[in-house]
Amino acid sequence: MVSNQIMFILFSAMIIVFSILTVTSRKILRAAVYLLFVLVSTSGLYFMLNYQFLAAVQLTLYAGGIVVLIIFSILLTSHISQNFESSGWKKNIFSAIAALTGAILAIITILEYGFTASTEAAQLVDMRLIGKSLLSVDYDGYVLPFEVISILLLAAMVAAIVIAKKGAPKKIVLPKLNQE
Amino acid sequence: MNSGIPIQYFLILATLMFFTGVYGFLTRRNLITILMSVELILNSVNINFLAFNRYLYPHKLEGMFFSLFIIAVAAAEAAVAIAIIINIYRRFATINVEEVNEMKY
Repeated sequence: MVSNQIMFILFSAMIIVFSILTVTSRKILRAAVYLLFVLVSTSGLYFMLNYQFLAAVQLTLYAGGIVVLIIFSILLTSHISQNFESSGWKKNIFSAIAALTGAILAIITILEYGFTASTEAAQLVDMRLIGKSLLSVDYDGYVLPFEVISILLLAAMVAAIVIAKKGAPKKIVLPKLNQE
Repeated sequence: MNSGIPIQYFLILATLMFFTGVYGFLTRRNLITILMSVELILNSVNINFLAFNRYLYPHKLEGMFFSLFIIAVAAAEAAVAIAIIINIYRRFATINVEEVNEMKY
């Protein structure tokens, strides 16, 4: 048993167990913490696949940013000690059947399809190459999606502020202090 | 590098994660937990992209850039979704999807 096989088994077991706990946990804050574990183990998988930059992005953006945002909104909108009532057993069973059917179909398809691993030399992914491809207009360049994604991020920021902003401020009548 | 781990393992892992997310999306009632299920689904797709890129086309970088852009879209989506959730909470005092059943008009 090679060490990277052991690491893969560890990471995949963590991902599967914690993602099941994320969707079944009755306490919402615990579900968010389980989601954090899933995201961190996913970045471990990226490290195993030798994509260090993407693993770092996963850690900072997902585990650092999105989970904090989710926990923040949980604290704003829910009571921590409150448990969910279970959604009816009928819905649970039918959803489980749908998900299982889809998973089994997809796994059968994956196992039947013969993947032939490429024998070409792996491209070394360093920061210089990533930066150059993100800004180049050549065949392997990604400058158009890069610009589109920056406009999308700007639009999302403006939209988040506009949506979460309070409506027109009502006139607040301050109670007069009784000066006795 | 990845000796002894066939690509199928990565794909099966991503499939299981994807359909766990689908199950959560179908059964949950709380808007924030639905958002968390969507994050699970997006993450499993990222694993797929990276495994395909590393095993089948290791001399290119397309899968990596796709994953990068998916992560950026997921961040934007989470920000807007949480703004909407907070606005809904302010108006209805709940974020249970079954009690939020009327729109503006």
